[in-house]
Amino acid sequence: MPKVFIERENKHVEVTASSVKEILQKLKINPEVVIISKNNELVTEDSKVSEKDEIKLLSVISGG
Amino acid sequence: MPCKNCQEKPVIKLTNVNVSLCKQHFLRYFEKKVKKTIRTFNLIEKGNKIGIALSGGKDSFTVLSILKQFQDKKIITLEALAIDEGIKAYRDLTNAKKFCKDNNITLHILNYEDFFNHSLDKMVKKFKNKTPCSFCGVFRRYLLNYGSKKFKFDKLATGHNLDDESQSILMNQFRNNPEVSARLGPITGVMIDKRFIRRIKPLYFVTEKETTTYSFLKGFPVKFSECPYASFGYRNSVRDMLNEFELKYLGTKYSIVDSFIKILPSLKQQFKEAKTLSSCKLCNEPTSKKICQACEYVRELKDYKNR
Ligand code: SF4
Ligand SMILES: [Zn+2]
Ligand SMILES: [Zn+2]
Repeated sequence: MPKVFIERENKHVEVTASSVKEILQKLKINPEVVIISKNNELVTEDSKVSEKDEIKLLSVISGG
Repeated sequence: MPCKNCQEKPVIKLTNVNVSLCKQHFLRYFEKKVKKTIRTFNLIEKGNKIGIALSGGKDSFTVLSILKQFQDKKIITLEALAIDEGIKAYRDLTNAKKFCKDNNITLHILNYEDFFNHSLDKMVKKFKNKTPCSFCGVFRRYLLNYGSKKFKFDKLATGHNLDDESQSILMNQFRNNPEVSARLGPITGVMIDKRFIRRIKPLYFVTEKETTTYSFLKGFPVKFSECPYASFGYRNSVRDMLNEFELKYLGTKYSIVDSFIKILPSLKQQFKEAKTLSSCKLCNEPTSKKICQACEYVRELKDYKNR
């Protein structure tokens, strides 16, 4: 399962999914509020993911 | 979906128009859009000294880095102004200082402690029954305007983006505050009161997501952090709602802002500051009352000690 880091909550989770879109759907995260990095490169929701990929969901909302 | 222009690997899918762009084409698209806003609304004029309200967040670094291109072409001069509220667990201007140094931009820092005798941390302890953002916002606006005059800025550039603006427009609508909306827009202060330095918003037509992408690709030194006193309950609800709408109906945020711009001139006309503002008896800053809100709060903070 790809490892997913959710920056806003500062936590790591594992999600069974084959695309970024599926990850976002399972975590109920709107693609408008994150940018997505896969192995430290920016990708879009359409990107496929595999077992060893490290996904980071970086928050677009700044805190005050 | 590959990049619309070159078939390269995309870094972002633009939600408002449903196209994907690669790094190179996204950077070009983004800068073009910001520069077009600057031109269309005459945000800067040749010879202007522009101040940048620098928070150390992605929006302010983005504004600085794009406006710097105008400075490099000798169209304007640039300086930065940061406000240090004094929030121990949050406000850290290390990155802002470094960024300005690397870019050769003079950075001025004004802090609450010097001006109001209290850091925000101290204020919060005294003002137990007030929402921190309410007085914090008054003090910040005060110092931004004060600093802009002191450092002789012609205009002050802020990092407000399409998301911020569409949220504000809806919030004012929902709360029946049209006179507050009349003060929005890509450039403020049409009723030229010299005591208010005009604000400009170069990121007016780019989204929060686009700005974050730009900042990431440019490698700006931003850390994710949240103010411990933040209370954006209402704004957050509006933001969530707007993001859900945007997902279902592409271009919603843009439409809100674009249609708003069309009615803004009549809105401004209708809510022209009827009464001319007087000057605060204590600090001379413009106010509609005898004593400005910032001085009023400072007085309360002082009284608190004597109670
Ligand atoms: S979130 Fe509120 S309290 Fe914190 S810095 Fe912003 S305005 Fe001030
Ligand atoms: Zn491309
Ligand atoms: Zn005053």
